[in-house]
Amino acid sequence: MTDAHTAGPFIAAIDQGTTSSRCIVFDRDGRIVSVDQKEHEQIFPKPGWVEHNAAEIWTNVQEVVASAIEKAGITRDDIKAIGITNQRETTLLWDKNTGEPVHNAIVWQDTRTDALCRELGRNVGQDRFRRETGLPLASYFAGPKARWLLDNVEGLRERAEAGDILFGTMDSWVIWNLTGGVDGGHHVTDVTNASRTLLMNLHTLEWDEKIAESIGVPLAMLPEIRSSAEVYGEITGGKLGDLLGGIPVASALGDQQAALFGQTCFSEGEAKSTYGTGTFMLMNTGDKIINSYSGLLTTVGYRIGDQAPVYALEGSIAVTGALVQWMRDQMGLISTAAEIETLASSVEDNGGAYFVPAFSGLFAPYWRPDARGVIAGLTRYVTKAHIARAVLEATAWQTREISDAMTKDSGVELAALKVDGGMTSNNLLMQTLSDFLDAPVVRPMVAETTCLGAAYAAGLAVGFWNSTDDLRANWRRAAEWTPNMAAEKRDREYKSWLKAVERTMGWLEDES
Amino acid sequence: MARNIQSLERAAAMLRLLAGGERRLGLSDIASSLGLAKGTAHGILRTLQQEGFVEQDAASGRYQLGAELLRLGTTYLDVHELRARALVWTDDLARSSGESVYLGVLHQHGVLIVHHVFRPDDSRQVLEVGAMQPLHSTALGKVLTAYDPVAHSEVVEGERKAFTARTTTELDAFEGVLDITRARGYGADVEETWEGVASVAAPIHDRRRMPVGAVGVTGAVERICANGELRPELIAAVRDCARAVSRDLGAARF
Repeated sequence: MTDAHTAGPFIAAIDQGTTSSRCIVFDRDGRIVSVDQKEHEQIFPKPGWVEHNAAEIWTNVQEVVASAIEKAGITRDDIKAIGITNQRETTLLWDKNTGEPVHNAIVWQDTRTDALCRELGRNVGQDRFRRETGLPLASYFAGPKARWLLDNVEGLRERAEAGDILFGTMDSWVIWNLTGGVDGGHHVTDVTNASRTLLMNLHTLEWDEKIAESIGVPLAMLPEIRSSAEVYGEITGGKLGDLLGGIPVASALGDQQAALFGQTCFSEGEAKSTYGTGTFMLMNTGDKIINSYSGLLTTVGYRIGDQAPVYALEGSIAVTGALVQWMRDQMGLISTAAEIETLASSVEDNGGAYFVPAFSGLFAPYWRPDARGVIAGLTRYVTKAHIARAVLEATAWQTREISDAMTKDSGVELAALKVDGGMTSNNLLMQTLSDFLDAPVVRPMVAETTCLGAAYAAGLAVGFWNSTDDLRANWRRAAEWTPNMAAEKRDREYKSWLKAVERTMGWLEDES
Repeated sequence: MARNIQSLERAAAMLRLLAGGERRLGLSDIASSLGLAKGTAHGILRTLQQEGFVEQDAASGRYQLGAELLRLGTTYLDVHELRARALVWTDDLARSSGESVYLGVLHQHGVLIVHHVFRPDDSRQVLEVGAMQPLHSTALGKVLTAYDPVAHSEVVEGERKAFTARTTTELDAFEGVLDITRARGYGADVEETWEGVASVAAPIHDRRRMPVGAVGVTGAVERICANGELRPELIAAVRDCARAVSRDLGAARF
């Protein structure tokens, strides 16, 4: 029995997320010692716009770190390093002399750069920079957001060209502040975050001068691109400096890449899928930069110190947990999210109903903004329980489609899927997923894979853990679901699902 | 026929009145609608308020239906909600104990396993969610029987089968086991259901102290016991886990 984590030392990880900032302290076995979390305001200045107050976020980060350390009952000497994971793509510009943000951070979901992205596509379209960056020109990514700020905040471009303005995703903002801010803070980002800017060349792992110029972002304000696991600097100054001064800041990873790392998907072909409001599936593709012809993103998985970078394919599903919430809040068919399983379990099958939640169009692998949601196959036989079942099946089929696209692009068959996120507590969904994928679905014992990934990377950087093999040894299987569906039935159901998907397309007539 | 209790009838009329519209009502509206003196109406409202059936808006002094009424209608805890709340804590219990963890609820005549966390040793294991265990011989079952009167009558009225030589089947002896279970706050099964297997379990309560389930660890008797006794650190870990889940259930619904 390995209880009582009193025996340090420990690693701390900050998760600067979309709705909250958290800090978790882990022990050497990767077990959680303490947690603190604080939400920040979501600012919606106009429809489609989403902003965060970066000063509030920095204040919250300091608070949750101090509080997690206090709850763990430990001191500076017990902490070997601190790591960072963050909401990806959210973009901030700040004044390097005052440390003040020049505008609220523009959040990844914000769609204000839609028109700008179309304009930047010129006659080529959204794949103009895909070969270099692995990404389509879409409003999520950071580069165009920075350009928008330079265009719309008065006098900003001049200040940027004079070298007074710094650009960063949230990792850069947190690291710069942790390592001293205006007093010598380190202006860095890691390869995974940089790979979401549309500004980094995947092959060289450096800023692409031509693309930066095309998008209209001066190179002078961009952070230095570093690996995901190395010491960027030490905690210095301020409230946290008193508490934790001298502790190395030793990792940064975008949240989904951190989850890949926390799930110890260190070998080519290993994949993880995180089930929250939406779902993000990443597959390790080793040293291969795989160009996707199936609408997936090519991104950096992680890079440990000066080792070779590891690449990944990414597929995202916009609506998974959000569909269950919609059933609860808009349809009122259930009173808590967990009840979807109770309702769905009351019937043996979907009764012929299929629910394609293309609420804001179809994402990977279709990319059809003209699609809208459909419930197909309705008869008088269908009850709300069948619909509940169709809701869960929608998440499983969408995962299957991403997994098929990954296999098609990479040539690697999915051996097993590692899952995390809130929806993994849904047993029926996990079994359905395994049935539809025809592959085992495995849930690890530490659900907080995102923070764990950041902690792992930081721990590797300072020698707290020696190798990725050490980390693999920490990974524990909490549950495993194995396929239990006849191939014939699976194929028939998949066909019906694909028919339902087809019926969502072309609903909006002026797009596509 | 016995005469009905007038104040209860009046209280019921008030609740119906308040349920009739979305608006809040003042004392004089309520009194005049029901043809009551203000003092009488106020007395009844105050009692209803103390029970949580009625709430008074601080600013306007008007009355509306209280949250307790809503809770009365939704006492049943969804087992999937229970699993979702227990997930983090049961993972940690498996991790700290090194044993597999089961979460069970009363279902028909036995314990329904609603959540199962594998023993963290990377061996091949099969998920047992949906399996049934007996009430009278397992640690989970004894805990449910000790705390839930419905489970208790199931065991008293049902057959108590001897699975091993150590299974307690006599009713008097079994009641004694339940007394000990309640006194200690945990239940045990040392080779009473399966030869070579032991388990320890503790009760999970909701915010009104209703027993809603039990959580426990199960493993080889050689690991669960030392020198013929249950290992105290295992008991502590199981009870900590049960308390943590109970605390989580006491939190506001989301």
